[in-house]
Amino acid sequence: MIDYGKVLSDVVQDIKPSGIRRFFDIAASMDDVISLGVGEPDFRTPWQVRSAGIRSLERANTRYTSNLGLEALRREISEYVRRKYSAKYEPLSEVLVTVGGSEAIDLAIRAVTNPGDEIIIPEPSYVCYEPMTKLAGGVPVIINTKAENNFKLTPEELSEAITEKTKALILPYPTNPTGAIMEKGDLEKIAEVLRDTNIIVISDEIYAELTFGEHRHVSVASIPGMWERTILINGFSKAFSMTGWRLGYACGPKPLLTQLMKIHQYAIMCAPTTSQYAAIEALRSCDEVVSDMREEYDARRRLTVDGFRKMGLECPEPKGAFYAFPSIKSTGLSSEEFCEELLYRKKVAVVPGCAFGESGEGHIRVSYCYSIMHIEEALRRIGEFLDELRAEKTTQKAK
Amino acid sequence: MNIKILKLLENNARMSPESIAAALGMELGEVVSEISEMERVGIIRGYKGVIDWEKVDGAAVSAIIELKVVPKAQLGFEEVAEMISRYPEVESVSLMSGACDLIVTVKGTTFRDVSAFVAKELAVIDGVTSTATQFIMRRYKEFGVELTSTEDDGRGKISL
Repeated sequence: MIDYGKVLSDVVQDIKPSGIRRFFDIAASMDDVISLGVGEPDFRTPWQVRSAGIRSLERANTRYTSNLGLEALRREISEYVRRKYSAKYEPLSEVLVTVGGSEAIDLAIRAVTNPGDEIIIPEPSYVCYEPMTKLAGGVPVIINTKAENNFKLTPEELSEAITEKTKALILPYPTNPTGAIMEKGDLEKIAEVLRDTNIIVISDEIYAELTFGEHRHVSVASIPGMWERTILINGFSKAFSMTGWRLGYACGPKPLLTQLMKIHQYAIMCAPTTSQYAAIEALRSCDEVVSDMREEYDARRRLTVDGFRKMGLECPEPKGAFYAFPSIKSTGLSSEEFCEELLYRKKVAVVPGCAFGESGEGHIRVSYCYSIMHIEEALRRIGEFLDELRAEKTTQKAK
Repeated sequence: MNIKILKLLENNARMSPESIAAALGMELGEVVSEISEMERVGIIRGYKGVIDWEKVDGAAVSAIIELKVVPKAQLGFEEVAEMISRYPEVESVSLMSGACDLIVTVKGTTFRDVSAFVAKELAVIDGVTSTATQFIMRRYKEFGVELTSTEDDGRGKISL
């Protein structure tokens, strides 16, 4: 018999599967669940984008592309990033097309990390940064951002986390699961801390198109002194409802990008060709579709936040991405207990905040990538659930 | 007039003024008065359900009828179009560019009903020179709602 424990890599074995796997299993096994639990858009990929993908197949454009990605696509990305986020990248040497934003994050972390290097990760945030850092031989250094700061990263928290081993900062804004954003002023303060260091910023801006209110997303790369130390990561999944196409990109100064490119070249070869052709169309012709989707998300966002506040839960205003992150501390339940009970009693699925790091405990992540009718029904059930919990508490006290 | 309210109502006419106010960040009173004003001036003409009648026993039969009409001096097609609109069997009347002049959709309980209506009512209207009737065999989409699609969009219940 093979002792697989001895065969497999220690680093890989030490990586924990998601902490809320049990909850996932329960949710998966139940029927008739109303979910506010997924992290992907309900909108379909815009028709013209799908059509461009189909056309490329009809023309048999089915071979490898350049390792960096189709030149036409890189030119579009360069133009798009300049137009939207005032960040300038040379399309032929400073843009790399990847398999989703996820691959770009992996490449960026691997490209900068020597064994023992520290990578700073603000949490609550998407779950991939920590394991990817460990796989690269790095040491994750977690900053627990706070609800009272609207889950923004503060310069004080950052300064405190920096040591001489710090190699990079992950900047995951707008953030899944909190909906937090970093505005220009916030980024300037972060820039102040980093400007005279050798710390690289890995800026995961996958939700950049989805910010609400007056100000559009500001990229850290556009802050003076930051371009040269930033790897900007974005992709097509969230903005253009293209999750299954698996397409993203990294932009950065040539000396950095060249190294990301080497890993990509050997591990991946090139991003899917069909998706690349479709993505060209997305960048060329979808401004209006994207803004319509943003408007629809905004209505759902307000409705969701308002719903939780009316139920008496604290719900910081999410200014980006497509999640609300209300606090359930007042119920006295842990976030996992809350979600499990909610699922059993009302058949509503939301994600426990603890899945996104310790600092997510006491919150639930509620995705509003659903129709208004669906959201209203789910909120109604959550409201009933809270009423029940409160009634039970009162009875217990009376006893 | 408030386009954002109209868009929400177009998608879901049952959305309450409270929800609309929340979704658009407006005051409830403001939403209520905007809606009644739009009803008053006839921008909002009604609130109807989207029903897949094929799922109901004894379902109705519908047809699209292309009419050629001789326009009248001064009135053009208005008089005939408005006259046809008054029949309860008629669901919609539109003036068309191209080969025919009016397209009328008609609903009845049986194939024979609809045929009789076309032959005995529409075809004999003064000014109508020809009718071409096409029966609807199956509906796939109505009022922007896909009638054949299933609830499951393949996203699963939970993903991070």
